[in-house]
Amino acid sequence: MQLTKEEQELLDGKHGNAEKKSMEILVALGEIYGAEKLISVSSVQVAGVSYHNLGDAGLEYLEELAKDGKIRVRTTLNPAGMDLKDWKKQGISDEFSEKQLKVISAYQKLGIEPTATCTPYLIGNKPKFADHIAWSESSAVCYANSVLGAKTNREGGPSALASAITGKTPMYGMHLDKERQAQITVNISVAIKTLDDFSALGCAIGRKIENKIPYITGIKEADTDQLKIFSASIATYGGTALFHIENITPNKTIIPKEKTEIIRKDIDNAKKVLNDDCEIDFVAIGCPHASLDELKQISKMLEGKHVKITMWISTARKTMEHAEKLGIIKAIKDSGASMAPDTCMAVAPLKGRFRCMATNSAKACFYARGSNGFKTRFGSTEQCIEAAITGTWKNQR
Amino acid sequence: MEKSTVTQIKIKARTISKGYATGELLISYDAISFYGGVDPDTGTVIEKGHALEGKSIAGKILIFPRGKGSTVGSYILYRLKKNNCAPLAIINLKCEAIVAVGAIISEIPAIDKPEKKLCKLLKDKQQVTVDATNGLLIYNK
Repeated sequence: MQLTKEEQELLDGKHGNAEKKSMEILVALGEIYGAEKLISVSSVQVAGVSYHNLGDAGLEYLEELAKDGKIRVRTTLNPAGMDLKDWKKQGISDEFSEKQLKVISAYQKLGIEPTATCTPYLIGNKPKFADHIAWSESSAVCYANSVLGAKTNREGGPSALASAITGKTPMYGMHLDKERQAQITVNISVAIKTLDDFSALGCAIGRKIENKIPYITGIKEADTDQLKIFSASIATYGGTALFHIENITPNKTIIPKEKTEIIRKDIDNAKKVLNDDCEIDFVAIGCPHASLDELKQISKMLEGKHVKITMWISTARKTMEHAEKLGIIKAIKDSGASMAPDTCMAVAPLKGRFRCMATNSAKACFYARGSNGFKTRFGSTEQCIEAAITGTWKNQR
Repeated sequence: MEKSTVTQIKIKARTISKGYATGELLISYDAISFYGGVDPDTGTVIEKGHALEGKSIAGKILIFPRGKGSTVGSYILYRLKKNNCAPLAIINLKCEAIVAVGAIISEIPAIDKPEKKLCKLLKDKQQVTVDATNGLLIYNK
């Protein structure tokens, strides 16, 4: 790989250890994936924030980098393992909160904004069409590539951080237009309307085509919240970093001859597989973090009602503060539901606290099952809120 | 004096993470997910149904085809190293980002794309040396 004089100096450690280590990571990735050179990025999103995943060693790594490292481009952070201000209310232990705050301080020392959200594009870190960026967090990667038309590979926490510190990323994969072309046409022959429909669709397509890039036809319209939950789902169950939807997403692509179909049975089956036979004791909405519009809808549904079981609504702190100013949060809090900013059901240390979680997000089901050992119920936002109010799950129709 | 019949074999590979290590070999025919698949405090493989389930990768020269799973896996390699239960070195058929980044930040020597098919040449528990800096796998025959 060709390096400029400045890049070579960073690699040789002339500007400090954090930049040396970061450049080593980027050059190694560039060599592995056959990149010709490094390119500049304009935005970074860093995953690897919850102390639950990092442990003491991860924290140590971040503190080591923060000794002499500073970011060169705008960088935001993924969700943490707790509400960064009101963690006590969430039943988080002192030991965990102390360590979690140390993780956040290390990132802040590096110059990173402690946004703690998986939806950076909703709170100001919104790249423009064709911008080269280095993001981790698979749902945000998929949204940035597909909906915004920015260009990023699926970075891991350390490689995204390396890009933040050097301002560079190796030019391969999603940064090249020829790698961004659709590989399979997927026709949807069933009406997809609600958030849970889009979430189940992501799950069905992801399972069917794995990490191929789809060109999706048959969807009449989709709003940004629907595309947000679809991005999370297809990235979790398939692994693609990019999708195209006819007449909806902005990227140009060839239309592949290889074809497959998603029929009603596929959607019904995806929903069925996400539903365990269990009595719910937890309702969680906001995977990915809820937008202002979603908070408005949830607030309306909860107005004047009382929830019988624990309900978490995860969102970015900035989104929550905006909603507070608009008077949207009051009805949610009055109902007894909890706002869970900075964190979510997937990264908070909730193992053993609940047995059966209801949600409208297929991705949330995956992580609640995998890392927290919960059983899950999956349905529409209305179904989830109804369940929180009545205390029991009702199947649709 | 008895004549030595030991020959040193050197197999070329690609450098992923520089370093040098000698030790006992552990071969996995399955890909490894470090996040969720390996206990970061002990180095024991915990993935259900995995070829190495219940075995420890600590202090071994570990051969496996490739990494898989969540990118948090890079940090798990780092935790293993800090807990003194990381592999001594890593040999992949084809390394991907999770393992490459994990090996670099943890300073675990790692190589991939060996020139020859290792499964036919090497056995579990055999002593081998990984000279990752020079892209070599060395053993005695």
